[in-house]
Amino acid sequence: MGMRNFIDKIKPTFSKGGKLSFLHSTFEGFETFLYVPNTVTKKGAHIRDCNDIKRVMIMVVLALVPALLFGMWNVGYFAGRVGFDAFWFGFLEVLPMIIVSYGVGLSIEFAFAQKRGHEINEGFLVTGLLIPMIMPVGVPLWIVGLSTAFAVIIGKEVFGGTGMNVFNPALLARAFAFFAYTPQMSGEKVWYAVDGMTGATALDYMSQPGATMEGFSVCDAFLGTIPGCVGETSTLAILLGAALLLFTGVASWRIMLSVFVGGLAFGYLFDITGWTEYPAYYHLLVGGFAFGAVFMATDPVTSAQTNTGKWIYGFMIGALAVSVRVLNPAYPEGMMLAILFMNALAPLIDYFVVDRSIARRKKLIKNVK
Amino acid sequence: MSKNIKLRKGLDIQLVGAAEAVVEQAPMAKSYAVSPLDYENVTPKLLVKVGDKVEAGSALFFDKNNPRILFTSPVSGVVSAINRGEKRKLLNVAIEPDQQQVYKELPVVNPQKAERSEIVEMLLQSGLWTRIVERPYGVIANPELKPKAIFVSAFDSAPLAPDYNFVLKEERAAIEMGFAVLARLTDGKVHLSARKGDEGYMKEIKGVEYRTFEGKHPAGNVGIQIHHIDRIAKGDIVWTVAIQDVALIGRLVMGGKLDMTKIIAVAGSEAQKPCYKRIIAGAAVESIIGKVAGNVRIISGNVLTGVKTEADGYLAAGADMLTLIPEGDKYELLGWAMPRMHRFSVSRAYFSWLCPQKKYNLDTNLNGGERPFVVTGLYEEYLPMDVYVAYLLKAILVKDLDKMENLGIYEVLPEDLALCEFVDPSKIEMQQIVRDGINLMIKES
Repeated sequence: MGMRNFIDKIKPTFSKGGKLSFLHSTFEGFETFLYVPNTVTKKGAHIRDCNDIKRVMIMVVLALVPALLFGMWNVGYFAGRVGFDAFWFGFLEVLPMIIVSYGVGLSIEFAFAQKRGHEINEGFLVTGLLIPMIMPVGVPLWIVGLSTAFAVIIGKEVFGGTGMNVFNPALLARAFAFFAYTPQMSGEKVWYAVDGMTGATALDYMSQPGATMEGFSVCDAFLGTIPGCVGETSTLAILLGAALLLFTGVASWRIMLSVFVGGLAFGYLFDITGWTEYPAYYHLLVGGFAFGAVFMATDPVTSAQTNTGKWIYGFMIGALAVSVRVLNPAYPEGMMLAILFMNALAPLIDYFVVDRSIARRKKLIKNVK
Repeated sequence: MSKNIKLRKGLDIQLVGAAEAVVEQAPMAKSYAVSPLDYENVTPKLLVKVGDKVEAGSALFFDKNNPRILFTSPVSGVVSAINRGEKRKLLNVAIEPDQQQVYKELPVVNPQKAERSEIVEMLLQSGLWTRIVERPYGVIANPELKPKAIFVSAFDSAPLAPDYNFVLKEERAAIEMGFAVLARLTDGKVHLSARKGDEGYMKEIKGVEYRTFEGKHPAGNVGIQIHHIDRIAKGDIVWTVAIQDVALIGRLVMGGKLDMTKIIAVAGSEAQKPCYKRIIAGAAVESIIGKVAGNVRIISGNVLTGVKTEADGYLAAGADMLTLIPEGDKYELLGWAMPRMHRFSVSRAYFSWLCPQKKYNLDTNLNGGERPFVVTGLYEEYLPMDVYVAYLLKAILVKDLDKMENLGIYEVLPEDLALCEFVDPSKIEMQQIVRDGINLMIKES
């Protein structure tokens, strides 16, 4: 255990009173990453489940991998490459975005943890990967960095850090970039990694009056060979991730299912009332719907926390996302706004659900009298 | 057809080292102790000093908040030490036992004929009153009050817990007498709940409202049972008594003296010979398990709710078992990324779900660092109550008394949330939070 000895040797330097004690949290973050600490239970249950937040977060990162790998390949594919060459091209395009997002976000997280004397939270491992995946590949890196900083500071740290935030930080980053730098975040160029190529996304088509979706095959949309943000295009790859999240119980199946149900229900409603000319399930395949439903809506911190609340919360996200897409041509994509809006409403939904339990408890008092 | 309540939620943690169904007589300990720390909210006032001779049943100290509540010696002998901690806080009163036990004469009455006040006095004088727990809050029952009902759970569903049908095999007469005493303490019902399919003679006990429960731990927790039988509303007072203490009460009436002999389980992977031991309450741990070698956690009670003790410590008043498990003060390289086949998790992010029958040897490692509340919907799966765990805990953390009341602080004790604490990936000290919340409620009321 040479490594362990080395860590034990340098530990005093970073501990209280040591020369580098101002880097205590950072050191601890790396140490606990390498070694599960030797802390033993003091109070309460003497034995503990071996699951921890690190494991939970790493499961989400693993679940993101299929969509990420496909997204890289897709970037290359739309740049005119084929096979592994396409993947390698996309990899080189997307990697800098990931590096910038992790670099900026983790620096801020470490600084805040240090200042507060907290342990580093693992939440950003997920957020930092989500941010590049929901950006168009053509977005300048400085926007990725700036929006990450905004999301971490304004979205998370001002509320007290992981577990305390109201809005999903990754979506907040995208919303920031979308509204602050609209020209760089939309239009027909941003979906391509090479200059000179343009093309509308499926959502842009759908937002046109009388769109019939003939330009996009269902098969393309399901497999993901359509333009769009890096991680969002392949419904298949996203479903692979969803399978892992659901199997391990990391994400709530209630939320995931109800988002799809809400989207389908409203898509169907618009279809039969003649607002749209394409079947409802198109909504689920194109744009960020599936990605949002699987990876964003299910964020346990910003979603509804009660089981009943999760059904309502999810259904409303699906319904709102489709409504925004159909009713407001100015915003072809409604998923981001729907989730952020429901993030804000989630505590209210929970309030009413918990209130029912409180009412049952209060009723006991009357029964006695 | 008796009533049965089936609970779906919960978890049975399978551990190695279950006690074999053999009772061994433990030798007389060198020392016995009574500690006020085994009870909540007791301010002790001493009645003895070092060197005093006491009989089994002699009062050692009383509770200043309620001077009628006496704490008595389980054995006769000489007060050998009065141990104090910081700020002279009383830790325990230790007694060196006589070779030949002498019992104090106690005012024993016939529960069928005596006045209720005489029965109460008998229990107070004997010290067995301290074994009656009052809810809300889980404190020693207030002798001035009359409870709405009394609840007794005839089984313990915690990991490696003693099998009371075995422990109390020969105590039927005492159990019956004990219930006769309890019946006089309330105008309401005395509820007795046994485990379905493992009822023993409990189903034949007279004068109680009998029920069975089926399901995983914490089905045996009396608090869970109360929630499903007759929930505690604001203003309600109910009492609970552990099943082995019912036998002690019965024995007091039948024998006219305080006989604190009981059978406990010695269990856990580090126990040299997991089996049952006949001991006297408050015995020194060493007299029960001998010398313990290696890096071992000795728990007075079960692995979820017990109290950490040492080889030179004493068995806690309410404990019916000693559990010995390995300490987990070791580093684990990239543990959170490993398959961890030898560890247990309810999450399918690990592989325990593949072998549901496997018995585990778990150590005391926290398996991670403490984090804020992140996961949702998990805790409620391990608490079969209409309680939103995270909401209640957050209300306690911000000291919001109204919310605590609304969210169910009257219905829970720390032990009921032990499983939630076990499964929590954020490693939050839930039992301590609940205890702090309860103490705050007591202080403010």
